[in-house]
Amino acid sequence: MVFLSGERVGSHPLARFRRLGAAPSWADLIAFLVLAATAVLIVRGAGEMSEPLSRLRMTPVTLDPARLPEYALLTTLRMFAALAASLLFTFTVATLAAKSRRAELVIVPALDILQSVPILGFLTFTVTFFMGLFPGRQLGVECAAIFAIFTSQAWNMAFSFYQSLRTIPNDLDEVSRQFGFSPWRRFVRLELPFATPGLVWNVMMSMSGGWFFVVASEAITVGKTTIALPGIGSWLALSIERQDMRAVAIGVGVMAVVILLYDQLVFRPIVAWADKFRFEQTASQDRPSSWVYDLVRRVRWLRGLVGAFNWPGRLLARIDWPTPRLRLPPVRLGPGATRAIDVLWVAAAALGAIAAVWFLWTFISRTLNGHDAVVAFGYGLATLTRVVVLIALTSLIWVPIGVWIGLRPAWAERLQPIAQFLAAFPANVLFPFVVVAIVAVHADPNIWLSPLMVLGTQWYILFNVIAGASAIPSDLKEAAGIFGVRGWQWWREVALPGIFPYYVTGAITASGGSWNASIVAEAVTWGDKHLEAVGLGSYIAKATAAGDYGRVALGVAVMSIFVIAFNRALWRPMYRFAERRLRLD
Amino acid sequence: MTAIDDRHLLDVKNVRHLYGKPGGGGQLVLDDVDLTLFDNEIVGLLGRSGSGKSTLLRSIAGLIRPTSGEVTFAGPAEGRQTTVSMVFQSFALFPWLTVLQNVEVGLEAKRTPAEERRRRALAAIDLIGLDGFENAYPKELSGGMRQRVGLARALVVDPTILLMDEPFSALDVLTAETLRTDLLDLWCEGRMGTKSILMVTHNIEEAVLMCDRILVFSSNPGRITAEIKVDLPQPRNRQHPAFRRLVDDIYARMTQRGSRDEKLNDGLFPGMGIGMVLPRVSTNTMAGLIEAVSAPPFNGKAHLPDLAAALQYEADELFPIAEILQLLRFTELEGGDLRLTADAHRYAEADVDGRKQLFRLHLNTYVPLAAHIRRVLDERKSHQAPGRRFRDELEDLMSEEEAAQTLRAVTNWARYAEAFAYDEIADVFTLDDPV
Repeated sequence: MVFLSGERVGSHPLARFRRLGAAPSWADLIAFLVLAATAVLIVRGAGEMSEPLSRLRMTPVTLDPARLPEYALLTTLRMFAALAASLLFTFTVATLAAKSRRAELVIVPALDILQSVPILGFLTFTVTFFMGLFPGRQLGVECAAIFAIFTSQAWNMAFSFYQSLRTIPNDLDEVSRQFGFSPWRRFVRLELPFATPGLVWNVMMSMSGGWFFVVASEAITVGKTTIALPGIGSWLALSIERQDMRAVAIGVGVMAVVILLYDQLVFRPIVAWADKFRFEQTASQDRPSSWVYDLVRRVRWLRGLVGAFNWPGRLLARIDWPTPRLRLPPVRLGPGATRAIDVLWVAAAALGAIAAVWFLWTFISRTLNGHDAVVAFGYGLATLTRVVVLIALTSLIWVPIGVWIGLRPAWAERLQPIAQFLAAFPANVLFPFVVVAIVAVHADPNIWLSPLMVLGTQWYILFNVIAGASAIPSDLKEAAGIFGVRGWQWWREVALPGIFPYYVTGAITASGGSWNASIVAEAVTWGDKHLEAVGLGSYIAKATAAGDYGRVALGVAVMSIFVIAFNRALWRPMYRFAERRLRLD
Repeated sequence: MTAIDDRHLLDVKNVRHLYGKPGGGGQLVLDDVDLTLFDNEIVGLLGRSGSGKSTLLRSIAGLIRPTSGEVTFAGPAEGRQTTVSMVFQSFALFPWLTVLQNVEVGLEAKRTPAEERRRRALAAIDLIGLDGFENAYPKELSGGMRQRVGLARALVVDPTILLMDEPFSALDVLTAETLRTDLLDLWCEGRMGTKSILMVTHNIEEAVLMCDRILVFSSNPGRITAEIKVDLPQPRNRQHPAFRRLVDDIYARMTQRGSRDEKLNDGLFPGMGIGMVLPRVSTNTMAGLIEAVSAPPFNGKAHLPDLAAALQYEADELFPIAEILQLLRFTELEGGDLRLTADAHRYAEADVDGRKQLFRLHLNTYVPLAAHIRRVLDERKSHQAPGRRFRDELEDLMSEEEAAQTLRAVTNWARYAEAFAYDEIADVFTLDDPV
């Protein structure tokens, strides 16, 4: 997407080479080598992905450290494949929702629900579905894994894009209409750049969540079928099965390196670059920085290299897609007719939803009865208690710490990236350490497995609180200082209102993530030892392992209801309150 | 100036535009507007905010399709179609594109080949005095430089007619004056390539300074009430008696009460009774204006251009304040003069509580919406009413935004007057005094 910067607009793609003269320059050579290497890697990875399943059985995942780089590469490739799919989904579906009022009526609520559905629970169905799509091929399982990551990424990205499209500044819209931009040019010049900062932020959040799912979805057992795709997730699953602590530690280390590389080489440069799309007419003081981005901009041959990568993108940006000249006679419907069509459309959507519920109902009720529903609901309450208690506990811990850090810019600058890194780190990789400890001291899994649910998600609270505390205006802090506001009064009147909107954002993400994590956190294994906490997560996990589709569907449905009810009853009102009353502008 | 050619570049005939729901409840912003634009002239559309002048400009730019009426351009002349281009009040630059790219945007949309695009953009940048800024981003520029980019972007596509929507109103006084002068120089020297300029403004002096012809708009609904030819030679001198006379004359026309309808004070704002759309004017501003006029040198009666100059307000900022005070019967507007009423003099003398009491009396008597809310609260046993109730009522009479603005304005006046209270979180109006 770097092409949108269009730093050398007007230069013909070939002009670059013409200008450089006949002698091949270093930039060209290096660009060629890097491009070739990337292509080979991708082709190799993709080739491996389309191997028949039988080969996967013949050459299973091994605990050979020499193969770890390859596993890491494959895991990362899966992440990016899912990201590409999510972007495609975002650009099509969110655009549709923003441009068509009737599509919007259906898409926006659907996205809202999908955002809060426990994705891990679906693995059972998606694996079965995709394996049926590509029978006997590894590709089917790959698709299932990629789809799992996709479902954890796509919704909030689509939401962000949709919201950006809806808030395009009026004057820029008028400029582009006055100059008669074609739809493609409008997308490239106006809509995409305007949406970029929000989208980049959401991609970052999505990728953070995605690592968790890629680890969870590589080694899947559905009923009698067990599949381990080559990747870090499978490596970890195998080391857990073999009770090999050294292998677990190596896996954790590799994961950390991968995320660090991804963060430094891919993400920070993109965030730094995306800063120029922020729709502000004044330059901000603290711009996100990235040493890679600065390096690329400063070193000439690196700039050339990026330029060489850019030109297909820039070419795409300059394409004049023929504007469809569908000169339909403008149909002016009366308000009555428009309303009638709306009613029909909503009715059709509602019918679809009812049909889906009915289908789910018949599917579940074929094998289960009312008693099962009550049981699942009871488990749901257990997990709900865990989520509430843990979010409260982590808030008690991280809010004061986050405020302390946020008020000290020097600390905040250093610790903020670490908090973000921790949020991106897939916590399920660390589960074995806790499990070994619980097994060793014979602790009660009902209590001690619970912290695993927030192991990865608590960091969202921390880094949002840090951001909120650093955003408290200094004149407010000074006023509080002059009037001697301190102690509890300071917290009540300065700090808490200041961070509240940020805290709510972080807590929503954390609680949503915890529900999802409960599916892997409430039932864990270490070799032949199984630990289980009573709850909806372990209910779904057990049903998945047993291939009991009815119970999986029931569990996922109950969990969705819990999450949605929780969001509506607690987070939504808090968010609205924060929006209305505690905005600092 | 050269003699005005009688070639029509643009004809606007019987243009009417309704905002809001067609059928019922829509608001008429343009009513039967005719306009002809000739070769080689600068025409100003002068009027209050909400008088529909921007709507007219956007109808000509093709951004809005008017409800009825016609906008026709002259046929091709000298092998060229008649084209328009627009300069925006808010500059409307793409913050992610450099100055050069921003200027090229219009050519790019027209599929001009890259090399010609570059050449023409650089020429426009040169013309408008932006050399050296080609690779800067808009956020690195000052307001004046940004509007130069806006001008260059509009001129580079070689429009027959240049449309400008309050192009200088977002700039500080000095910058605006420099830009006006530069633009006039280019125009007088014939270096712009544009045959005519149509500009929207609410600044009377700006209109007199720049335009060959001024069309004065009335609001509610938007109509052209006067056409004024400005025959002063360029460059014009603001201090010249003829210039001052013209400015005074236009002030008088714009504050003139429609003598045809004798509904004394209600005709000023769109809508009638509780359906009156009211602007948000702070009670501090009102008090400030009353104090300023009651004190020397005005001593109770001020000539509006002098008052605007003394308070450093533009006409458009002064009018709503004066008119709210007129609605409240604190002032009377007549022929460009503002006179305080007896109650306004008492207000100026009174202490805080006395002022509040007086203001409350006038608010409840003369602002129909305030009286209405007060009556509803009095009638209810609980002395409470949800805000939704009044908002719904207003939305039947005006747009959602206008309803919100009007209700907020009245709420704030009532809070100051302690006429009734409003709890924002609960969205409830009450008679209780806040403790």
